[in-house]
Amino acid sequence: MNQRPSNLLDEALGLVDDGSKAWPLSGRVVLVEDRVETSAAFVLHHLVKRALSPHSSNVVVFLALSQPFSHYDRLLRKLGCNLAAQSENNRFFFLDMLMSEFPDGDEGGLVALYGKIEKVVSSLLQENKKCITIVVDDLSLMEAAANGSSNYVLDFLHYCHTLTSAFGCTLVALNHEDIYLSMERPALILQLEYLADILIKAEPLATGLATDVHGQLTVLNRGMWDGHGSSRNRICNFHFRVKENGVEYFSPGSMA
Amino acid sequence: MAESICRALRDGALEGEHAPALTINDCIASPFGFNVFTHVLTQLSSYILAGKSQSRGLVLVALSRSPSFYVDLLKQRGFDVASSQKWIQILDCYTDPLGWKDRLVESGNIAHLYHEASSGASLCKNVKDMDKLFSSIIELGKGLVGQGKVRFCVAIDLVSEIFRHASISSVAGLLSNLRSNDQVSSIFWLSHSDLHEERVTAVLGYISSMVASVEPFNQSANGQRCNRENLSLLERNYCKGKFHARFKRRNGRVRVMTEEFRIEQSVINFSPLSSEDEMINRSLLPKVQFSLQLSEKEQIDRAKVVLPFEHQGNGKPIEIYDGRRSLADSKNEAAPVAAGVLQTNENSSKGEIIYLRDSDDERPDSDEDPDDDLDI
Repeated sequence: MNQRPSNLLDEALGLVDDGSKAWPLSGRVVLVEDRVETSAAFVLHHLVKRALSPHSSNVVVFLALSQPFSHYDRLLRKLGCNLAAQSENNRFFFLDMLMSEFPDGDEGGLVALYGKIEKVVSSLLQENKKCITIVVDDLSLMEAAANGSSNYVLDFLHYCHTLTSAFGCTLVALNHEDIYLSMERPALILQLEYLADILIKAEPLATGLATDVHGQLTVLNRGMWDGHGSSRNRICNFHFRVKENGVEYFSPGSMA
Repeated sequence: MAESICRALRDGALEGEHAPALTINDCIASPFGFNVFTHVLTQLSSYILAGKSQSRGLVLVALSRSPSFYVDLLKQRGFDVASSQKWIQILDCYTDPLGWKDRLVESGNIAHLYHEASSGASLCKNVKDMDKLFSSIIELGKGLVGQGKVRFCVAIDLVSEIFRHASISSVAGLLSNLRSNDQVSSIFWLSHSDLHEERVTAVLGYISSMVASVEPFNQSANGQRCNRENLSLLERNYCKGKFHARFKRRNGRVRVMTEEFRIEQSVINFSPLSSEDEMINRSLLPKVQFSLQLSEKEQIDRAKVVLPFEHQGNGKPIEIYDGRRSLADSKNEAAPVAAGVLQTNENSSKGEIIYLRDSDDERPDSDEDPDDDLDI
């Protein structure tokens, strides 16, 4: 069995690309937080690539509020993943939300969006597809589309959460941490952090800018609530460098 | 201390009094309130099954986790779930709290998907209606224990979620009404205190007879950018912390206690505060290029320094050089020019402090002498 050498991010998330293990993110919520100086979009791309690996039968439902399909297609091709082909194979469902706006004072738009997702999930379940990963890029834009109503966004996420507990779906969402920094009580981001089973934070280095290191990732993995007690809370921290065709991860201080 | 809390909930309410109520508070720096909640839930369930508690049943209001999660949890903790419907009822405010699924079914957008047919779960489709919530809880409780004098206890897994949907006064009203209901033996709930304004936490504190808070050992790591130094602090905060409880006595006194907790495989364990953690806190100085601590030799030398005007306490009179004698005179004296008592053994290692008055006309301030405590 060819086991692709995993990188530090895969290790932190328990992702092994040999098809022997069940998708370890099943039933879990992954929150990715980034800042202007350190975009963590690459984490989303990496997770999509892993989910669509040839060894697994995962399906990705991608809610795009930030970029059009062509953007992700181009980026994932550089990582060796053909989104157009996966789309034809019914492994990649792209929900284009770029022009979405939800009417004032009514959560109807988000209810309908949840309805769309649940429809896709139920049809996939009928085809016996077990692992469905729902990706949201990104939540701050969803809040903007909902006219600043973070409550509606949280309601929407709660309903998506019911999909993770009922059907073992994975929910991955990106949010921009620095948008909430000036707020006295950043309720939305705190709510999301409470909801998350895994929190991946992309931040600049504590020492400031560097040419070889673009930032650091901290992965906070809350242990799973299973009776076998196989996992416990883990924190991993490592550095990353964004390259043309991917991202390199390395331990602090080990950059040659 | 955690056991005192569980016992208080187990013993329940006295006739004519409100039921004891526990608020469990946590924060994102130490998000283990849910572990405490499940610990209390498990303990109470054991007491109920053993017939040792005032309550004969438990109504669990599930907002943040599905009913099947709790069924699995009870199974993992050794409870017989087949017969659980006799003593526990779950009000499912998780699956469809706002009626969205119903709306979608009605509009033909989705077929009615798999509905969580968990044992003992009753569905709530409008978590914003406090009156309906109250009556559903009481109804479920009466279904468990019947009418009359037998009581049941109530657990709300996340009161913060209710605050998102209803006003502070209406939620406070719900909790107070539950506490004052004749058939409620005790009630407990979890709140994420950093999600709310201070007045919400204060309101919950007033309604409760016990407030338990989960806090990290070290606050300083939070909010800071991660680096090698605070990573270990973060890791520490992620498996243990402080458990702080406040008990309101009937006579008005408030008893405060603190313990340490540790999370091991989702289970929380409590123990008395260890001094080891105090030592760790003290040793967690920032690692910088200059030394912030004194070596033992440096500490001894510092202790030996004789400060001017400090009384050495060995009965000898203090000799002070007041700057008016000539240096030549002072050389002939046996006593050193510095104030303080001569320590003949340590002449070579001792420093000297030479004080020269600015002028002979200098007078001390009148009235209050700020140097009253010194031997001048």
